[in-house]
Amino acid sequence: MRIPVKAVGAATALLLSAPAFAGWEPTKPVEIVVAAGAGGASDQMARMMQAAIQKNNLMKQPMVVSLKGGASGAEALMYMKSSEGDPNKVLIAYSLIYMLPLSAKIPFNWRELTPVSVIALDQFVLWDNSAGPKTVKEFVEAAKAASSPFKMGGTGSKREDHVLTVFLEQKTGAKFSYLPYKSGGEAATQLVGNHTESNVNNPSENLEVWRAGQVRPLCVFDKERISYTSKVTETQSWADVPTCKEEGVDVQYLMLRAMFLPGKVTPEQQAFYVELFQKVTQTPEYKEYMEKQALKPIFLTGKDMVKFLEEDEALNKSLMTEAGFVAK
Amino acid sequence: MEAFGLLVHGFAVLLTGKTLVLMMVGLVLGVFVGVLPGLGGPNGVAILLPLTFTMDPTSAIVMLSCIYWGALFGGAITSILFNIPGEAWSVATTFDGYPMAQQGRAAEALTAAFTSSFIGSLVAVLLITFLAPMISSFALKFGPPEFFAVYLLTFCSFVGLGREAKHKTVISMSLGLLLAGVGMDTVSGQLRMTFGSAELLRGINFLVAVIGLFGISEILLTMEERLALRGHAASISLRVVLSVWKDLPKYWVTLVRSSFIGCWLGITPGGAIAASFMGYNLAKRFAKDPESFGKGRIEGVFAPETAAHASGTSALLPMLALGIPGSGTAAILLGGLMVWGLNPGPLLFVEHKDFVWGLIASMYLGNVVGLALVLTTVPIFASILRVPFAAVAPMIVVSCAIGAYAIQNAMFDIWLMLGFGVVGYVFKKIGIPLAPFTLALVLGNRAEDAFRLSMIGSAGDLRVFWSNGLVGSITTLAIVLLFWPMIERLVGRIGQLRRPVKA
Repeated sequence: MRIPVKAVGAATALLLSAPAFAGWEPTKPVEIVVAAGAGGASDQMARMMQAAIQKNNLMKQPMVVSLKGGASGAEALMYMKSSEGDPNKVLIAYSLIYMLPLSAKIPFNWRELTPVSVIALDQFVLWDNSAGPKTVKEFVEAAKAASSPFKMGGTGSKREDHVLTVFLEQKTGAKFSYLPYKSGGEAATQLVGNHTESNVNNPSENLEVWRAGQVRPLCVFDKERISYTSKVTETQSWADVPTCKEEGVDVQYLMLRAMFLPGKVTPEQQAFYVELFQKVTQTPEYKEYMEKQALKPIFLTGKDMVKFLEEDEALNKSLMTEAGFVAK
Repeated sequence: MEAFGLLVHGFAVLLTGKTLVLMMVGLVLGVFVGVLPGLGGPNGVAILLPLTFTMDPTSAIVMLSCIYWGALFGGAITSILFNIPGEAWSVATTFDGYPMAQQGRAAEALTAAFTSSFIGSLVAVLLITFLAPMISSFALKFGPPEFFAVYLLTFCSFVGLGREAKHKTVISMSLGLLLAGVGMDTVSGQLRMTFGSAELLRGINFLVAVIGLFGISEILLTMEERLALRGHAASISLRVVLSVWKDLPKYWVTLVRSSFIGCWLGITPGGAIAASFMGYNLAKRFAKDPESFGKGRIEGVFAPETAAHASGTSALLPMLALGIPGSGTAAILLGGLMVWGLNPGPLLFVEHKDFVWGLIASMYLGNVVGLALVLTTVPIFASILRVPFAAVAPMIVVSCAIGAYAIQNAMFDIWLMLGFGVVGYVFKKIGIPLAPFTLALVLGNRAEDAFRLSMIGSAGDLRVFWSNGLVGSITTLAIVLLFWPMIERLVGRIGQLRRPVKA
């Protein structure tokens, strides 16, 4: 077991062309900072990594999950920013790193942190109550015909869910009133209870209520269908959900899930985490989690990651500007 | 009856030597974290969660939930002995518990607190056992207007039924609502009242405020008056315990009422904090002599403790059945469930029967064992009162500071706590009640969000609060309670007019 692990480490170090990789490792418990509340998608992912690292002995020091979901996650960003030089904190980031600085003028830029790796891409799905319209077409027609606008639940204001709602309105001509809830879980329950007509939750957030037959996935906001073909409900798998484009609504959005260290850490420290998370992506826990929550596997690090982040940021910025969510 | 068979099965899963040992360990740890102000259930569970990753899910949840029960029991101890609520929901317990300790009836108050905790939890567990499927569909009826109506009811019952001068209650509540607005506003996604400070981004934590307002201010007051804890050494014996138990049937109305309030608010998730306040206020309102409340009346301990624990326990139901945590600790347990590969949701009850019924059985067993454990250790806790104030005070301050820091690992919170300590001292001096302030601070945000979401949904039409039977009756009840003193006077006057001769 020892030798292959070392081999992977050496390979990673070579890939990074970081010859200074001298086997730095944490000397105290590592904090994995979650920029969201308990039970949300980020928290679930952090707990999965915590368990994967512990069960497979990937690190000597324990890993602790630290929830910093205050101020819609801005708390976590500021916390990471102020922890400059501390290699025992690692942030599990998502699109808030681009959006919060734009919508709420949080003084933060992801370039102030040290990128480690992009570990997954998360999908967005349009859902309605299982008693509601059965296809996107019927849904859009019903929304247009409704006397008061359909209610669309989502997480937070001027964020991914809200942006998607605005683009959905633009492409279909239907009007929605967007209800910003504190978490995706809340948005899911409110849809089940018929307090909203639809939501645009990530697969993980609606998985259980879908399996219980309480909500229906109408379409996925991606160019291609989700690749997982094993049955999730009795009759359907993720791959059975059509893309929104197939259904005539050309809206696409994928959200990154990436790991960052605070600014000003040494290349050795960075290399340790790159290797650590690469190992995490090879554990059975990670693979099972990806499939269960219908995440897109990806592993980017080094220059590729920075390139990805820059392009992704430009895309998010243009979406936010177009939706009118950028604070003056 | 199917539930009964499953429950028996649950006990069978549970009754192994290993599980029972884990249960005891969990309870002792739980009482310990419950006693430290601020450390409390959520933190205790969070710290110990990783320890359980290598266990099987049933053992793990049993240990964690026992920490939770232990913390529920432990929270009452410092409220009664030092007027420092170890947990947020113990705030209402201090109103009568602390005066009782001052009168040398600490042991009696502690016994009352533990016993009523036990009763509250038991009622809630029974409810979970037999009504689980029905209740989860009831919880789904709650949309933004319903949530707002519940919060409104809590606020109104406070103003209408509180014993303090109405204007002072309103002042205190308004200040709490104001501070609750600090930080990110979910509905607009904008920052409010942060003045560019990164520390204020996350808002003002309720527990930090509670520790300062109650704990630190109490130390300040005691220092000013005399350097001694105003309490007498408590001698506890089986006799005290039995005499409290013997009197229990007299208070059955209070116990039933509080259990009901607790279960209701736990499921809906109004939370244990609102439940404990509401339980207390209603007990006082319906008492023959409301004047005696706040002066060391045992009912004033029974009412909030029963409600808080019924609520804390029933909060686990929406967590298991819907995946919405009804309390902070439930939220951490939720994270744990996912690590063990169990996804909370409607299917959990079908797909993981062993786990669910093992957990429910552990609630019964944990409560019985917990009650026995805390009752036998009451003498140890009560003897703290015999230690000189000069020795205890620094320890309390340090424990408050650790508690305040541990909530969010922020140094800033310690300064905030000290600031609130001074505010609490001033409030106590000028007779402004602290409870409405803390209530508004904890529920203000949620009430505001619920109100604004209702308004977005109804396009600004206030009639949404009477749009169906459920929300309509809660809202109406809230308004009745707000004007209760006037209504009561009116009813009294009509009564006098009808029976003039008898007077």
